[in-house]
Amino acid sequence: MTLRACSIALLAVLVAAGPALAPAPVVAQGKDVFIPLLVYRTGPFAPSGIPIANGFVDYFTLLNERDGGVNGVKITWEECETQYDTKQGVECYERLKGRGAALVNPYSTGISYQLIPKAPVDKVPVFSMGYGMSASSDGRWFPWVFNFPTNYWSQASAVIRYIATQEGGLEKLKGKKIAHVFHNSPYGKEANPTLEELSRKYQFELTLLPVDTPGQEQKSTWLQVRKLNPDWIFMSGWGVMNQVAVKEAAATGFKMDHFIGNWWSSSDADVVPAGDGAKGYKGATFHAPGTNFKVHSEIVKHVYDRGKGAGKKEEMGSPLYNRGVVNAMFSAEAIRTAMKGAKGQAPTAEQMRWGFENLNLTEKRLEEIGMKGFTHPIKVTCEDHEGSGPLLIEQWDGKKWNIVSDWIQPMKDVVRPKIEAAAVEEGKKLGYTQRDCSKEK
Amino acid sequence: MIYREAGQFKTTYASDQAIFPIVQDKWVVTGAVAAALLVPPLVANEYWLQAVLIPFLIYSMAAIGLNLLTGYAGQLSLGTGGFMAVGGYAAFKLTTAFPWLNIIVVFVLAGVIAALVGLVFGIPSLRIKGFYLAVATLAAQFFLIWLFNKVAWFTNYASSGTITAPPRTIAGVMVTGPLATAGARYVAALALVALGALVAKNLVRGRIGRSWMAMRDRDIAAEIIGIRPLRTKLLAFGISSFYCGVAGAEYVFLYLGSAETSAFDIALSFLVLFMVIIGGLGSILGSFLGAAFIVLVPIFLTNAPHLLHLPMPVALQKQIELMVFGGLIIFFLIVEPHGLARLWQIAKEKLRLWPFPH
Repeated sequence: MTLRACSIALLAVLVAAGPALAPAPVVAQGKDVFIPLLVYRTGPFAPSGIPIANGFVDYFTLLNERDGGVNGVKITWEECETQYDTKQGVECYERLKGRGAALVNPYSTGISYQLIPKAPVDKVPVFSMGYGMSASSDGRWFPWVFNFPTNYWSQASAVIRYIATQEGGLEKLKGKKIAHVFHNSPYGKEANPTLEELSRKYQFELTLLPVDTPGQEQKSTWLQVRKLNPDWIFMSGWGVMNQVAVKEAAATGFKMDHFIGNWWSSSDADVVPAGDGAKGYKGATFHAPGTNFKVHSEIVKHVYDRGKGAGKKEEMGSPLYNRGVVNAMFSAEAIRTAMKGAKGQAPTAEQMRWGFENLNLTEKRLEEIGMKGFTHPIKVTCEDHEGSGPLLIEQWDGKKWNIVSDWIQPMKDVVRPKIEAAAVEEGKKLGYTQRDCSKEK
Repeated sequence: MIYREAGQFKTTYASDQAIFPIVQDKWVVTGAVAAALLVPPLVANEYWLQAVLIPFLIYSMAAIGLNLLTGYAGQLSLGTGGFMAVGGYAAFKLTTAFPWLNIIVVFVLAGVIAALVGLVFGIPSLRIKGFYLAVATLAAQFFLIWLFNKVAWFTNYASSGTITAPPRTIAGVMVTGPLATAGARYVAALALVALGALVAKNLVRGRIGRSWMAMRDRDIAAEIIGIRPLRTKLLAFGISSFYCGVAGAEYVFLYLGSAETSAFDIALSFLVLFMVIIGGLGSILGSFLGAAFIVLVPIFLTNAPHLLHLPMPVALQKQIELMVFGGLIIFFLIVEPHGLARLWQIAKEKLRLWPFPH
């Protein structure tokens, strides 16, 4: 057979084999709780994706190894590689949802936007922890979407409150110059309306500086910064943009302790390339960095010492690893809440949604699971799927991140009305109607 | 033995000029279209419809568009993503402004708008050729994406900057929006691409297609025999952009459901260009084969380890997938530089002689 004939045969096989590969949908048997994990361990965003995915898997492994799952029901999961790409993410979701997914963490704003309309149809709760669509915080319009402990709008308001405390009070903000350096994408723009409203309210001068994706070239942005000489800079960056911005800021000679990144702009990968120049750079977070918590020693004892760790032991405790742990913990606690109605069985989709909506994570519960001081207690309600959780500010000292603030409350009085207005708008686009929360139990 | 035209006599010009002069071809294609219409909506699960077949049909549409421009008229373009974005955003603006308008009409109008934009960006093709033209169309790609990102009017001032397909029906059946079944969306995409392919096939067989090919093969000679470069090249850009625009509208409305500008980035332009090159430049069938190759093979490679029950970390699996996929592209381009369509043609010729080759 000639090479050409071979290639014809190969092509024919590939085409014919395709339909044979259709993954057979397995119906949830009520034995395990299945969670599809959309991860990005390869591609340009892998440095951020790997620690998140590892934190996730390690916490679930801990639950399975130490407690035999949640209330005796094992957690199973399957990772699917998305490369942070929306189309691949949707392919992953479609492939895995048929196996009775209890919930889905999209881990990308783009994928969240794809999954939000599907959630009520497929009956899979979307848990976009601190990202995705801010408007989905209004549970009356988006019953299947959860974005607690806080969203981008709350974060922006909490950062402004932090700046105010540093300046000596909210009234001192008047006349101050604050710049927002953002990734020019739906994600990066998300904080802008809140910042604009706050700048009107507290009369500070806001300058919006977009950086086009991917953000390797920011000379013109930082030239503007130099001209403007702002008092504070807030950044909503992602991927390679962050390290370039931190480097540029250091080169410009900007005071690093007046430069605050949001929670996707404050991981080790963002500051290490800038070397000593990054010292003093701050970031917002809703959980502590480091490994000084009981949960970490438990993970070492039950997961890494048994050789079941997803990554390397030394890599535990980075901000993104801990974010994966927190996200897994919230998911597990929601499953536990959902089981109240299920009695030792894997919860149904409706029960799972109920579990998220009635999640009440108290200080006591956090202590029980070894996360005291690691993250803040949170209570989700039918109206409020965001929980308006408070933030911490962490600072890079050249070697590690340290917490440098108390828990900072977001400005709920400013953010909530905006969320409700946006929820009406976004909900109507999808043809939704508002739910009456007084009728829920 | 089975595939032989012996005994099929053409007695009229019309039968000699038919798209499929051989009866067997006609039956196979008719059968394939009928099967595509009936079988998948009944048999395939949602994963197959939603994640594999619908994108395949939509990419085929875009590949036909680019093939008309690059394969037939010889104008290399890297602006496909931009023209698809025009279609997507135009369809969104039209259907939100005029909700009563039939969604198919919206798709066609979105294609017309994309065609007008394509005409504007086609003007440089009169002076520049080859790789330089590719760079000029690259400008279209970046400018259009920048425009949709910058001007909030295009997204109806959505704070998120994303456009969402509202629910729309055709004859009472929901085809767009979250509640539309994958089957309905599949049938809509199939109908559009079948119609598009039929029109494109007839275009390239007629006067317009011949003038495109003349222009592609030797522009000066074409000019001498009376083909006007201005009209011919701009027509190629316009019609190509029309197909890309319809594909872009389908991409948002039938496949993704909601999209931001990054869905139409330069990677999409390259993807469609690869489909055309691998499938076969200057072949309508090649557009389908190329789209099938680019959409199906990665999915095949992703699912293969599961099927063989090979436990493998996802990152490794993805890297192997990329390597094998890249290797396959190179293999097919070496074996047959004229694309998969040419392989198909060779297979047909061999079949004609079978079982008694020379």
